[in-house]
Amino acid sequence: MHVTSPVREPLIQGGKTYADVTEDICRHVEGAPTKEWKIAFGISLLVLAYGTVCLAWTWWEGLGVWGLNKTVGWAWDITNFVWWVGIGHAGTLISAILLLFRQKWRTSINRAAEAMTIFAVICAASFILMHMGRPWMAYWALPLPNAFGSLWVNFNSPLVWDVFAISTYFSVSLVFWYIGLIPDLATIRDRATSKVSRFMYGTFAMGWDGSAKTWARYEYISLILAGLSTPLVLSVHTIVSMDFATSVIPGWHTTIFPPYFVAGAIFSGFAMVQNLMLITRVVYKLEDYITLEHIETMNKVITLTGSVVGVAYITEFFIAWYGGVEYEYYAFFNRMTGPYWWAYWAMMTCNVISPQLFWSRKLRRSITFTFFISIVVNIGMWFERFVIIVTSLHRDYIPSSWAMFSPTRYDIGDYIFSFGLFFTLFLLFSKYLPVVNMAEVKAVLRSTSAQLPAKIAGVAKVRQRGTAEPAFDKDKE
Amino acid sequence: MASAHSIPSIEERFEFTSEAKRNLLIGGGVGLALVALGAYLAATGGGHEAVAHGAEQAAAAVGHAGAEHGAAGHGAAAAAEGGHHAKSWVARIWANLWVNGVYFTGMSVVGMFFISYNYLAQAGWSTVFKRIPEALPAFLPYMGVVMLLTFIFGGHDLFHWTHEGLYEVGGPEYDKIIAGKRGFLNTPFFIIRLVIYFAVWYWLWRVIRNLSLKEDEIGGTEFYEKSIRFGTAFLVVFGVTSSTSAWDFVMSIDTHWFSTMFGWYTLASWHVAGLAVITLTVVMLRERGYLRAVNSSHLRDLGKFIFAFSIFWTYVWFAQFLLIYYANLPEETIYFIERFRGHGGFYKAPFFITLFLNFFFPFLVLMTRDAKYTHSILKVACWSVIIGHYMDFYTNIMPGTVGAGAELGALEWGFFLIFLCAFAYSIASQLEKANLIPRNHPMLEESLHHDIA
Repeated sequence: MHVTSPVREPLIQGGKTYADVTEDICRHVEGAPTKEWKIAFGISLLVLAYGTVCLAWTWWEGLGVWGLNKTVGWAWDITNFVWWVGIGHAGTLISAILLLFRQKWRTSINRAAEAMTIFAVICAASFILMHMGRPWMAYWALPLPNAFGSLWVNFNSPLVWDVFAISTYFSVSLVFWYIGLIPDLATIRDRATSKVSRFMYGTFAMGWDGSAKTWARYEYISLILAGLSTPLVLSVHTIVSMDFATSVIPGWHTTIFPPYFVAGAIFSGFAMVQNLMLITRVVYKLEDYITLEHIETMNKVITLTGSVVGVAYITEFFIAWYGGVEYEYYAFFNRMTGPYWWAYWAMMTCNVISPQLFWSRKLRRSITFTFFISIVVNIGMWFERFVIIVTSLHRDYIPSSWAMFSPTRYDIGDYIFSFGLFFTLFLLFSKYLPVVNMAEVKAVLRSTSAQLPAKIAGVAKVRQRGTAEPAFDKDKE
Repeated sequence: MASAHSIPSIEERFEFTSEAKRNLLIGGGVGLALVALGAYLAATGGGHEAVAHGAEQAAAAVGHAGAEHGAAGHGAAAAAEGGHHAKSWVARIWANLWVNGVYFTGMSVVGMFFISYNYLAQAGWSTVFKRIPEALPAFLPYMGVVMLLTFIFGGHDLFHWTHEGLYEVGGPEYDKIIAGKRGFLNTPFFIIRLVIYFAVWYWLWRVIRNLSLKEDEIGGTEFYEKSIRFGTAFLVVFGVTSSTSAWDFVMSIDTHWFSTMFGWYTLASWHVAGLAVITLTVVMLRERGYLRAVNSSHLRDLGKFIFAFSIFWTYVWFAQFLLIYYANLPEETIYFIERFRGHGGFYKAPFFITLFLNFFFPFLVLMTRDAKYTHSILKVACWSVIIGHYMDFYTNIMPGTVGAGAELGALEWGFFLIFLCAFAYSIASQLEKANLIPRNHPMLEESLHHDIA
């Protein structure tokens, strides 16, 4: 017997029954695409098309079309890469760490957050391919036996560690997401009215029969995957941070980078989850499932991780002074007051100051304000990477090599490509797959619902084709 | 299923028996005797042939590193320190007081840290043993006094930066880098910070403790709500002071050296050691017939916490080490070179023992599911972590204070034993003051039915 303390706020509103949950989530999968969805999808495709043209030209013509120069050899490419990888972290945190901590509020948002993770990692990977310049050589990043003499990856390079970290991360996240989908796919299969969808969802449901044994296996594998992904939450961004921190560039070489990047990643990831969920809950009318409690809790996570990042900024700045290394001191002083001061202060304002507004309960329960701050946070986190990368590079050791970076239309276009790709994938997901994990919401319904209906099982509604009432209704027994 | 939910009484009071008191006093007495013996041996030069020799080696190793990388300033200063004034046995006593002061301060304040984040996260499972972490911070004032007095009387032996000569421009001992840190590293500001840490940590703990005790008598959710607010306030304070105190207490000893990770590294060390103390206390109370309401699920979760946060400490340790090793900047690598090769190689053993006790051992021992609720295994793992993190602070503090004059003998273990017995005495006296289970905590029912089988 589990007990839920009365001091906990309920998570699910509207007195839902199990049948209601199925109905509310499945109907978006089963119905025809709405007009809004079609418009949004059309826009995404257009954006993707424009981005694809830019990307095609980048690859055709070469990386010279970017605004890089001899001094600033990394700019938007790696900024965007780190930004997207970071965004992915919230999904893994929600699915893995919050599962281990038995946080019931994760159930309404984990599905979409994990999907976001996968798409964000795909976007991130696309920047790796882009900045290889010759993407058909991408397999050179893998330690494969080859016929090119002594050509082999440099295991000392954090860029190679990145290849392993990100591919592991992608595989585990994908498996986690897919395993979580199986019971829901089976539900959709069982409700399907057309042969095609019964076949498609049935194939991917892999013969799920809902027996006690399959549920037990589902629980085991979820825990095992959570155990595997928890270190991944830390390791992926740790290794991304080492792309910079193993170097001796002032402003990059600082030992706090690994945990500080992880905190920043979770911070931006939760902001992106907020953005996506706030739209989804309105469009799909999921206000009873993604409630103010969920939004408030996520805002608390944003405030916490934003403050951790703030402590890291202050630590770096303090040690830059304390260490007495003039290069280091200059790098940080230059960030604040040099030609990129606006980027630095955009980062500080967006990342450190703005989440502190959530100390007000009224603000963290305001949907409009939450949406606004989430966007601000993501802008801030983009600037953070930009500041770290560009301001550390643009002042070379020799003043004659000092330079500035200005993006070309291809820098911008390739970034736009990733947005097109992300939203196209996310919209496809939100149409063809259940955006909320029905099975897991049902599992917490009894303990977290605001008003429990007398009969929690409920009765499935009459189906579109006019099928009669279910032959067996246990509530009538 | 956890044994059909026969929940034992929640009304139980810990009795700090005269026998237990006597044992702890005997333990402290043995510690004192060891200290006396160690001090006598040190003062009469027993086992000290190594000093002069060791100092030479340290200077050689350090000088070598300096020459190799051309960091003349660092190498020379450290070498001067190594060879100049051979550390007296008095310095060793101050250093021992400081190591234990820092370590036991950390374990005490982590009790408050644990309670605070459990309040903020609305944790339910931990309520039943909440009184144990709640008892730890009562030791803070004693540690505050020890640290303050040690700094005032032994500061010159511990902190290189307290020497006035370093700041005299043109003087023989003038050190430009240390002079640059004067805005932060100066005696008045250091003492102010030290006092503020202890005052604020202790005060916030008192507030939460009083709310918790009143809740026992009156009930209702008002105290719970207030505790969340004060707990959050503590987290904000501790979020900053945990880092700054680590810079003050430990990092500033190696005055030239710096690492941005150091604050979180020390926090990770304090945290897992505090968790080990909490778990060990819970297990020991259960063995004496108390806390029957703590079931195997609670123990497993505590075991998981130690397992996870010992890995987290290792992660932070490794990230700091790897980045310094990889970049190979002489002003940073000196820290590890000193511990590897300096001082006659004395610190190499503690360095690796730290890693073994804090990572490999608990990692392997707590790996399986059943191990995490087995009393004997939990006790072994907790002791490993508690001694391991003592070694951690030892390795971080001793090279910069006593250098080649360090030993790990009667003096060290005697001091550790004294502090340990005093800490246990303080915890037991606190536990005695209230019901062992917070009977009116709004999350108590959840905790009593905690079942993760």
